Amino acid sequence: MNKEKKIFLMKKANLIRQNIIKAIGTLGVGHVGGSMSLAEVLAVLYYSEMKIKEGEPNWEERDRLVLSKGHAGPALYSVFADIGYIPEEWLYTLNQPNTKLPSHCDRLVTPGIDMTSGSLGQGLSAAIGMAIALKLDKKDNYVYCIMGDGEIQEGQIWEAAMYGGNRKLDNLIAFVDYNKMQIDGKTDEINSIEPLVEKWESFNWHVQSINGHDVEEIDEAIKIAKDKKDKTSVIILNTIKGKGAYFAENKLSSHNMPLTKEEMEKALELLRNEVKEYDFR
Amino acid sequence: MTLDKELRELYVEELVKIAKDNNNIMVLDADLMKAHKTNIFKDAYPERYIDVGVAEANMIGIAAGLANMGKIPFTHTFTPFSTRRVYDQIAISVGLAYLPVKIVGSDPGVTAELNGQTHMSFEDAGIMRNLPKMTIVEPVDIYQLRKLLPQIIEHDGPVYIRLDRKSKNAFFDENVDFKLGKIHEVKDGEDITIITSGICLFEVMKAVEKAENEGISVKVLNMHTLKPVDSETIIKAAKKTNKIITVENHNIINGWGSAVAEVVSENYPVKVIRMGIKDHYGEVGKSDFLMKKYGIDADSIYKKIVEEVKL
Repeated sequence: MNKEKKIFLMKKANLIRQNIIKAIGTLGVGHVGGSMSLAEVLAVLYYSEMKIKEGEPNWEERDRLVLSKGHAGPALYSVFADIGYIPEEWLYTLNQPNTKLPSHCDRLVTPGIDMTSGSLGQGLSAAIGMAIALKLDKKDNYVYCIMGDGEIQEGQIWEAAMYGGNRKLDNLIAFVDYNKMQIDGKTDEINSIEPLVEKWESFNWHVQSINGHDVEEIDEAIKIAKDKKDKTSVIILNTIKGKGAYFAENKLSSHNMPLTKEEMEKALELLRNEVKEYDFR
Repeated sequence: MTLDKELRELYVEELVKIAKDNNNIMVLDADLMKAHKTNIFKDAYPERYIDVGVAEANMIGIAAGLANMGKIPFTHTFTPFSTRRVYDQIAISVGLAYLPVKIVGSDPGVTAELNGQTHMSFEDAGIMRNLPKMTIVEPVDIYQLRKLLPQIIEHDGPVYIRLDRKSKNAFFDENVDFKLGKIHEVKDGEDITIITSGICLFEVMKAVEKAENEGISVKVLNMHTLKPVDSETIIKAAKKTNKIITVENHNIINGWGSAVAEVVSENYPVKVIRMGIKDHYGEVGKSDFLMKKYGIDADSIYKKIVEEVKL
């Protein structure tokens, strides 16, 4: 990846973070932690790897994304506001009465949401169904599915993992946002999901484990997954919960937390300052 | 009338026929292919057939994903595993997402027979009725199913179909028309109305014949669609006969009797007697034995008709 593209994607990730903070900050409470950890993967997907058309959320030929960890909706809405799927003002209506941006993803309510999710554990099955349908229709689109690390404690994920691995769906690329934390504590302490790489491998998936905050690594991993024929792919994103929100970073309380106007302003300032440094790296 | 083939075979053959002109029809199983004879579909369209193994939640989720891309998937397993086992998957991935997944639950109520307690669900239609925008259908025979299937496929939302797979009984013939969501009047009558569905229609008609020989006139309605409820026909019947008996192969809580009572009490209150399973789990036994034991056989229905009309 050339430097120009890398900086472009980093800036987009930064913008996604700013939008998340603005959206959740306006309301004063929300899923900060698990939204912030997705900024880089969403930047790479929507601004580099996914086949989409800005401003046309219903474009028939688009790639699909299932945000199985549906509580990270604000991260996705933050992208949608930038690519013209929704008006930017909608961000400030997050979770407010009659909003089109509900806490969890709803395909009937928000333009651009490809699948309803939020009851954890269900998205991977749906993504498999979508990938099979695309193959039947002889379309070369990809389906992406993002799971949470706590989420994969759900049994249905492993029903889907077993079938998805056996089915060899090379048009499906799944991600695990491995920020190592869940609501009640550290995943290692609550109910460890390790050994994670070996688990997916044993379910016959092609597995990559990477730095989930490095746009270059993410982009490279997606390209490798796309080249891997006859195997379903999963990319484990080693991330930091709440990354980029100084008051939430690596904090167990960040799953669904309140934030003050002051915290919002300071976090936005820090993020704006961070962007300035990108060009000099 | 007794047919040569069981309902499961005739149903799948019908699906194969429809699928010839409709590329979107797909069939999903969870390791019960042979029980549903869905192998007939698999042989005809192997690429449109999926068996996920013993993983019902995943089956429903995959079906939701397929439907999300324009397919019309039919999922198959026994009634408890088609509903209560996958209730949240249906509620969120299918119901809230409003995707046209067609969920077939086989062996409703007493027809689970020797599979007994674990496989005998009397609450399946009831819990599905609680899901917004869910359509629920229980066909009496293949003739009714053949008329309803294209409408089920045409409908843009999810449908739950309660299928007595091993039945060879036919009540109707190919000349009768049925409309999804509309009660079918089997016969008119003056003294009392019976509203029923599925296998219970056969028992009801035996009871009605006996009662009518004694001068009692019974209106019989077949409520093949539990939801949406055809309120208009129910209110009309309440006004005409002033008394209604419901007969169902299902818990009397939240099934056909409840649906009828809700409509009647809000619109034209008359007495509604709910005959069905009286709030208990199932047990091992042949259908005729269980129907007698649970009081939904012809004899019990006949006695109730006489008792209520002569009050």
